[in-house]
Amino acid sequence: MFRKRWRRLAARGVVGMNRRNIRYVGAYNDRRLYPLVDDKRRTKELAAEHGVATPPLLATVETQFQVRGLSRFLARQSGFAMKPARGSGGKGILVVTDTADGTFRQGGEALATGEVERHASNILSGLYSLGGAPDVAVVEGLVACDPLLADWSGGGVPDIRVVVFRGYPVMAMVRLGTRASGGKANLHQGAVGVGLDLATGRAVQGVQFDRPCHAHPDSGAHFGELAVPGWEALLAEAAACYDMTGLGYLGVDLVLDRDRGPLLLELNARPGLAIQMTNGEGLKPRLDRVEAEPAGRPAAERAEWSQAAFPRAPL
Amino acid sequence: MAHRGPFFFVVALLLIAGLGAMAWRALELGVPLKPGEQRAIWEVEAQVRFTAIGGPVRASLALPEQQAGFRRISEHTASSGYGLDRTGEGGRRALWTVREARGEQHLYYSVQLMAAPGAVDPPREPVEAEPVLWEPPNEEAARAIVERARARSADAVSLARRLIATFSEGSGESERLLETSYSRPELLVRLLADAGIGARVVHALRLEDGRRRQSLEPWLEVHAADGVVLFNPASGARGRPDNLLLWERSGEAVLTVEGGENSRVHFSMLRHREPAAQAVRSHLGGQGLLDLTIHTLPLEEQSLFKTLLLIPVGALVVVLLRILVGIRTSGTFMPVLIALAFMRMSLTTGLIAFTLVVATGLLIRGWLSRLNLLLVARVSAVIITVIAIMAVFSVLAWELGLNQAMTITFFPIIILAWTIERMSVLWEEEGGHEVLIQGGGSLLTAVLAYLAMDNPWVRHLTFNFPELQLALLALILLLGSYTGYRLLELRRFRPMTED
Repeated sequence: MFRKRWRRLAARGVVGMNRRNIRYVGAYNDRRLYPLVDDKRRTKELAAEHGVATPPLLATVETQFQVRGLSRFLARQSGFAMKPARGSGGKGILVVTDTADGTFRQGGEALATGEVERHASNILSGLYSLGGAPDVAVVEGLVACDPLLADWSGGGVPDIRVVVFRGYPVMAMVRLGTRASGGKANLHQGAVGVGLDLATGRAVQGVQFDRPCHAHPDSGAHFGELAVPGWEALLAEAAACYDMTGLGYLGVDLVLDRDRGPLLLELNARPGLAIQMTNGEGLKPRLDRVEAEPAGRPAAERAEWSQAAFPRAPL
Repeated sequence: MAHRGPFFFVVALLLIAGLGAMAWRALELGVPLKPGEQRAIWEVEAQVRFTAIGGPVRASLALPEQQAGFRRISEHTASSGYGLDRTGEGGRRALWTVREARGEQHLYYSVQLMAAPGAVDPPREPVEAEPVLWEPPNEEAARAIVERARARSADAVSLARRLIATFSEGSGESERLLETSYSRPELLVRLLADAGIGARVVHALRLEDGRRRQSLEPWLEVHAADGVVLFNPASGARGRPDNLLLWERSGEAVLTVEGGENSRVHFSMLRHREPAAQAVRSHLGGQGLLDLTIHTLPLEEQSLFKTLLLIPVGALVVVLLRILVGIRTSGTFMPVLIALAFMRMSLTTGLIAFTLVVATGLLIRGWLSRLNLLLVARVSAVIITVIAIMAVFSVLAWELGLNQAMTITFFPIIILAWTIERMSVLWEEEGGHEVLIQGGGSLLTAVLAYLAMDNPWVRHLTFNFPELQLALLALILLLGSYTGYRLLELRRFRPMTED
């Protein structure tokens, strides 16, 4: 049984954790460059230097002392997301969508008093950072969901992940929050992952809890209609993140803002393998093709090459 | 990939070095491969007696040399008033000297020998056949015997056997004639020399437990073209019996005494059994640079290393489970430390205690999380909680008469506290399901690491062959470059193997 499955996976070019770590992350990502993506503040600064748009930075909280005045300041914002600068795997993100009359609400549910301060304090003491090292809390303005994606957003903002290899986009998916995932775009908590055709940005197939699905479980909107607007620009921006960081194997997380277009949310030097499941396709054949491509092309050209090289029939 | 070459070279080098050193120590030094192996240790005492005639005395006794089947562990001499010298030329000898002695003298030499099937003979210098002179009547008898034996044999070995047989049958007139002038072993050497075959008489001791006042037996050593063959001159049996110790094999006298008369040497012997590893360890430690091992350290440090040397085995289990199976644990090497604690408790006690402490800790940590404390303070609070839990459980168990539970204190407290903290955060963020997966994974890994580390074979091999660490290292390096699927990934990616 194992051998059969093994052969099938290998035949489909599915990349496993060991292979990813050795052949791609280990071989193409220089350790010295990790801090650029592991610290969200550095990523934001870098993006600003390279003209890549990111969500607006409202505040950074660096000391416990700053925690005290926090809710008074944040109550003036319409909504915000607080994240650990060095968090991983989407841990420790607190989203507040409504601050009317000084009560912080998360999609209609009110947070306990002091919850925001407690969260900031936890972030500072390193609860969410690797190895428990002291961290910094980053507060960003909320992103307004692009209306063209609203039917599938599940209350949150769809999060588009593009895996970029040597600067070439190789695979993409969009993660949609659901009621099951509590609005979070976290696949193993029940978010839907939808594989995207690199050529057009249209849905290839949807997966929830490892099961194929063809429509958003909450709204019932069929994925056949789903198409990420401004796809070319988005791909080019993802490709540009390679030149920005120098990391050869990169996960680029983007969101589409109603007004500002694609915004870089975060970068990941060890992007996960679930994207293969949502696309129903192994990464290896695509990575092999990119490995044969020459280096030194501009980002827009690389994005175009990928669009032509990896077309898929949309749903 | 091109850069894999040197990598595999290093791995191969480590493997060869580790296993090679292990083989060398097993075969050459007799370090046993099996745990609990017992070896016979022989204590042989030679007692030299003679009557000194009142003047300077020189007594020289042949000593057993390195030989097949035995390994010398230690030797001692006792002789009041005598100076002692060890001489090497013409075989090892003990030389006792004294300026003035009169009357009955007793000199003692004792040696401890370990039966070592792996020990081999050092290369022997061949004995050349020297021309023999016979008295006239003997000459013809000898010639006749040699001619007859030669006709009925094919080579040196069969000729020797034939000759011995001739005398054992003991019928012919020529044989009886010769035996009146020479002892049989000496006669055989002369006859073989006549036939152009080198041979010598060696002196051997038959080891039998509890025997006293034994004497050496003469044996015949025949230097054939393809090696040295030992014969029992009485029976003609070929080869060395297992319990035969060759005491003197360079053709010298066993005992010479100047300044004394009526000298003789007697042997007594005792056998006892000792764990082989211990025997080798206590007597071979630090022999030469290549055998600089842990066993030369003081006992306390040795027992420390006994544990330390097991940790790589635990690490290997973690690496195997992580890379080949894909089991998630809370804290990568935490299971190894838990397994070490299990080794000092028993497995069941350990499992129960671990579950109790972590479960209680999680409950208390749940309450702590409501206090909104800073991380370091919270973990410190958990540490104190863990200690308190241990104390409460120990006292309760003691009252209930469960002495086993007292060993709960062997758990690494800080590690437990961090485990509780991490699991608690995991619970809040990912839910109880993930806690069960990682907690279960950690426990499973810890139990497997414990089973590996507690295995008597593993314990024996890691401690007696520290060089195995190199082989372990090579194995871990190899695993570190494994790019295949993890076993659990076959399940994770199952949807991709369907349709």
